[in-house]
Amino acid sequence: MEPVIFEQVQKEIDRLAKKDVYIHLETTNGAYASHFDKTFFSSGAYIRNALLQYEHGKITGKGPYRVGLKMSFGWVYAEGITHFEIDEQGHLLLAGHDFEGKLAVALQLSETPF
Amino acid sequence: MEKERHVLVVFPHPDDEAFGVSGTIASYTQNGTPVTYACLTLGEMGRNMGNPPFATRESLPHIRKKELQDAANILGITDLRMLGYRDKTVEFENEKVLASHMGAIIKDVNPSLVITFYPGYSVHPDHDACGAAVIRAVKEMPAENRPKVHCVAFSHNCEEEIGQADIVNHVAAYADQKLAAIKAHVSQTQLMVSQTAINLKNQDPEVIARFHYERFWSYPF
Repeated sequence: MEPVIFEQVQKEIDRLAKKDVYIHLETTNGAYASHFDKTFFSSGAYIRNALLQYEHGKITGKGPYRVGLKMSFGWVYAEGITHFEIDEQGHLLLAGHDFEGKLAVALQLSETPF
Repeated sequence: MEKERHVLVVFPHPDDEAFGVSGTIASYTQNGTPVTYACLTLGEMGRNMGNPPFATRESLPHIRKKELQDAANILGITDLRMLGYRDKTVEFENEKVLASHMGAIIKDVNPSLVITFYPGYSVHPDHDACGAAVIRAVKEMPAENRPKVHCVAFSHNCEEEIGQADIVNHVAAYADQKLAAIKAHVSQTQLMVSQTAINLKNQDPEVIARFHYERFWSYPF
């Protein structure tokens, strides 16, 4: 992956608007966080291949970035995005890596299932 | 270490075999005991992606599959089975179905010893669910046909609740293979492995103890 290029990510978000897209959305602090630090409250959420359409989407912030997708009846949102990649299958992969380089958040969009 | 006919190792993630038990695996394979490794997932949800990140959520399973195959080769594992479950979802599988899958593998491999995680004392939900499925499968076998089961445990409360490990394997002779197996999981271990190598060279007592001795709890059926 490479550090977010704002315009390129926005272009991809625009390209996928008003189409059926499959979403992978995930936040994670890892399964060992509370094992290594008992004061740490472990949490996370994960959805893979949710099928939806958004009317428009935006990348905002100065980095790490935020990405929001507005649907006719709701929202999709991710915070802490640092890197992106458009892979060989044309997936838009967005990820946020923490200060140690570990994945903390992922938002991925595709016209076909992941 | 007792001579075994065949050893079956069952863990959920590529690299689970490397950290806690690779010295034990290497000692079996070098002594001519076949070892089968059934690995439930490809660690699809790992957080280590390289720094700067060379892996993505989508490429990580492909990368980790190759790393797993490399580690298996290093350890002399000739029968590596990737079971196709998904990382972090094992505990949400149907328990009966998962246990019967484990039972089918045990029946097919016919091991004298099974190595897995101690359910309830292995920190990661996948570890506990994997161990629970293996234990359930073995429990369902007639007592006289059951293999021995040696469990890995490392939760903070494990010694308090299940006592000291009753099996401690001295595996210093296989330290090179163990380090190589850990290194084979490049995407997951590149950050910690150089420090481990330095600590070993400097004879750090804690690292040596962890590296040269592998601990197991015999599961009491």
